[in-house]
Amino acid sequence: MTAVGLQQERRGTFLSRAFSGTSWGQASIALLILAFLICFLVWPVATVIWVAFTEKGTGAFTLANFVDFARTDLFIRSFWNSFYVSAMAVVGASILALPLAYFTSRFTFRGAGVIQILGFLPLIMPPFVGAVALQLFFGRNGTVNLLLDDWLGFKLGFMEGLNGVIFVQSIHYFPFILINLSAALRNVDRSMEEAAQNLGSHGLRLFRRIVFPLALPGYVAGASLVFVKVFDDLATPLLLNVKDMLAPQAYLRVTSIGIADPMGYVISVVLIVASVASMWVSSLATRNVDYATTQRGGGGIAKRKLRPLEMALAYLLLTVIILLVLAPHFGLVLLSFATIWSFSPLPDGYTTAHYARVFGESSIYIKNTLLYASLAGLIDIVIGTAISYLVLRSKLMGARGLDLLAMAALAIPGVVLGIGYLRAFYGIPLWDGTPLAAFWIVIVIALAIRRLPYALRACYAALQQISASLEEAAENLGATKASTVRRIVVPLMTGGIMAGFITSFATAAVELSATLMLVQANEDAPLAYGLYVFMQSASGRGAGAALGVIAVVIVAISTVASQYVIERERRTKTGHLS
Amino acid sequence: MKRIQFAQIFAAVMVLGWPLGAQAQAISGKVSVVTSYSKDLTGPIKKAFEKANPGVTLDVQNRNTHAGVKFLEETKSNNQVDLFWASAPDAFEALKAKSLLQVYKPKATGIPEKIGQFPINDPDGYYFGFAASGYGIMWNERYVKANKLPEPKEWQDLAAPAYFDHVSIAAPSRSGTTHLTIETVLQGEGWAKGWGTIREMAGNFREVTERSFGVPDGVNSGQVGYGIVIDFFAFSSQATGFPVKFIYPSVTAIVPANIAVVANAPNKAGAEAFIEFLLSEAGQNLLFDPGIRRLPVNPAVYSKAPKDYPNPFTDPRLNSMVKFDVKKSESRNDVVDALFDQTITFQIADLKQTKKAIDTAATALAKKPNPQGEALLKEARGLMEAMPITEEQASSSEIVGAFSGGKKKEKGVRQAELEQQWATFAKENNAKARAKADEALKLAK
Repeated sequence: MTAVGLQQERRGTFLSRAFSGTSWGQASIALLILAFLICFLVWPVATVIWVAFTEKGTGAFTLANFVDFARTDLFIRSFWNSFYVSAMAVVGASILALPLAYFTSRFTFRGAGVIQILGFLPLIMPPFVGAVALQLFFGRNGTVNLLLDDWLGFKLGFMEGLNGVIFVQSIHYFPFILINLSAALRNVDRSMEEAAQNLGSHGLRLFRRIVFPLALPGYVAGASLVFVKVFDDLATPLLLNVKDMLAPQAYLRVTSIGIADPMGYVISVVLIVASVASMWVSSLATRNVDYATTQRGGGGIAKRKLRPLEMALAYLLLTVIILLVLAPHFGLVLLSFATIWSFSPLPDGYTTAHYARVFGESSIYIKNTLLYASLAGLIDIVIGTAISYLVLRSKLMGARGLDLLAMAALAIPGVVLGIGYLRAFYGIPLWDGTPLAAFWIVIVIALAIRRLPYALRACYAALQQISASLEEAAENLGATKASTVRRIVVPLMTGGIMAGFITSFATAAVELSATLMLVQANEDAPLAYGLYVFMQSASGRGAGAALGVIAVVIVAISTVASQYVIERERRTKTGHLS
Repeated sequence: MKRIQFAQIFAAVMVLGWPLGAQAQAISGKVSVVTSYSKDLTGPIKKAFEKANPGVTLDVQNRNTHAGVKFLEETKSNNQVDLFWASAPDAFEALKAKSLLQVYKPKATGIPEKIGQFPINDPDGYYFGFAASGYGIMWNERYVKANKLPEPKEWQDLAAPAYFDHVSIAAPSRSGTTHLTIETVLQGEGWAKGWGTIREMAGNFREVTERSFGVPDGVNSGQVGYGIVIDFFAFSSQATGFPVKFIYPSVTAIVPANIAVVANAPNKAGAEAFIEFLLSEAGQNLLFDPGIRRLPVNPAVYSKAPKDYPNPFTDPRLNSMVKFDVKKSESRNDVVDALFDQTITFQIADLKQTKKAIDTAATALAKKPNPQGEALLKEARGLMEAMPITEEQASSSEIVGAFSGGKKKEKGVRQAELEQQWATFAKENNAKARAKADEALKLAK
């Protein structure tokens, strides 16, 4: 038997779909979201992207630029490289994430919670710091290679070319899979598994045939995020000096002085289209299949104890993965205490002077970061929940379009969004005459737009696992749509919403590319910006690393705290339900 | 209200008896500056400036030069920035051409007209030099010792086979100062010979970085041996304690680092006061700070310089440098950058392979000379060093127009088409050069 059955297509006539009695509220919510996305995503980006369709100098409409794209070897090569690296990074990230998710959710395991949190840390590595720190360990003259060369007389090219990008990206983005898959595994109904066990299935077969298929939406959500994120990511290839990939090409052209040069924008259009297409393909993978289970309160798949030998092997495997995954953090901590670290396996000496230097001035950065990232995270889960509900539960026309539109934000390079905001909002004065674009709220909105896809995918996967019959039951018992959503859907989705909030919050806290364009005064600047400013000088390296450590610690603490609070809330709520 | 202010200023002038006092009284509030300089430079200067002008805050917004220019362009409708502060004179030329700067005449005295061969201030008064910098080569002593590598003296040295895979540079399209380095070599050695030198060096590049700071960072941490940098990167790294050395090759230029008042600056008085502060003796002395290490433009303050500090006003070598033509540089700015990117940055692996093949053949021929082989090798070098366009073409209206998007009615060639042509040219030439080098190698066996 398979737990996955074909979904009953809920049919209805065209008209009744669009105008069924309850959909007026839904329609107005959809319109609100649409208005938000048009104001802060479509319009600003369109003002920039329009350049791709114009002739240089005259501004007349043309498609010649796209022909140029197709005829340029460099761009075609970049396109395939991006595709290859993204696909391989999904493989790499899966190799890292699957064991962590499997062991921690399948077995009673001392330290499972710690592993979950440690596995999350790579995401909150501020951009460019991660690759810098990894260079110190795995670079051509990093610790590992200097020791290898000393002892065995050879070096390994961990960080060379496309393989280097795949290596770093897998480490950086595997938490997307880990978080989403773990959330999904927690939601799989234990009774399904028990039924299969009663029928004689166990071990890997049980996992492969029953548990994993039921958790598939979470895996697909994570894997597609990894794919698109790597496709769109700039910082890593640039720091490894890999330029023949699509995102670096777009960035290099958009940010060079030739503002009239359309090719950067053409590449941006290609990036957006490719990302939306891959999101669409991934949504097909889970489309006509029903993953929902009706029973609640089982609290995830059954856990069992490992035998001592198994336990030892599992710990060994997990230790290797965790060490690899946390290497950038060890590097950063070491760098933040280092006096001079140059062509040697370890720093020459250690000092606390860097911390003394940054502590005094970083409080404003910390305050700004927490404020911006939590507001952005909140905006994201509200919109994310609403969109997933509209897509999966309402019969509203165009809801899927709303989903794809929001996902397109994933593919907008941060710089393009930043420039778009300046173009769209700089001419609009606020009450005191300063431009709207200079108002800090705009940074929050930019962060929210940039991170919306993360929250959206998490919420979507969470809702996919909840059976619509639970809501139908509530409605049959007389509950209104709104109270059903509030009392049934949202509590059941808490795990996914939490995953969404945390990914949005934590990654927004270290975002740089869009904010760099929008920060207009030092007092409004977030941590990543301060770090960027420090990291540009020889004597600022240690101080920058110290600020990076502070950033990671603060975001980690707030993440754990919010996880704890929401988890407790969830327990009390699901307690009521069961 | 206005009258009261005027009266106050008037009274201040009477009391203090000299105009500068009046200015110090008049400035207040926030002075906002967009800069490409790191915190190490801006921090001490901000502190000293605010101390000298109580009640004034200097708001420093850090953006790289290109992003800064773009930012001013995008925000000109409602400008909130008072000053633009960066190194590359080209960026200031670009801003000036777009009417984004305003004229000012500094009152500070003791600053000469020229440093080396370069005028310190913009002749039209739109921007001013506050410090100077030269270009050269820095290297990591531990790296060089461990790999038993030589110390270079000239650009051409970096083309020697020993440096293969050990040199780093920033892309000139990304780094204003590296662009000037390339332009200096082109102006100093001439277009064809200059590109030859650059392409031979480039065959030894380990990497072409995207940020200027990527180069000193790589050298400091020992990921790469040598870097082509602006001097203060090396000086401040030394001051921080990194085991690095630096030299100026004989073909180099001393170029001022600049500051300018932005057009429609909301706090013009504050902006001017900051420029005066930078040019004052106190401001100039700050440039000796270990984290800054730039060359002051006021010759008088060098008496207080740290030991072994270069002095461009007395060093005869630094005075006989390349006469840098900023107008020429500006006219072909985008073309030179695109040529570098298309034939070097994005083809670095191909170029390195070619360089390696030529060097291998040369070594073999040195052991077993063969005239036919020498001839083939010469051809190979010629192919590797050749550029798709001449100096005249680089500044021609057709090519420059393709980059700037001239308003002409007739349809010219597009930038993307040109770039594809240049990339193909380099790729085909490299392949041919490799074939010749391999043939030469066979003859030497």
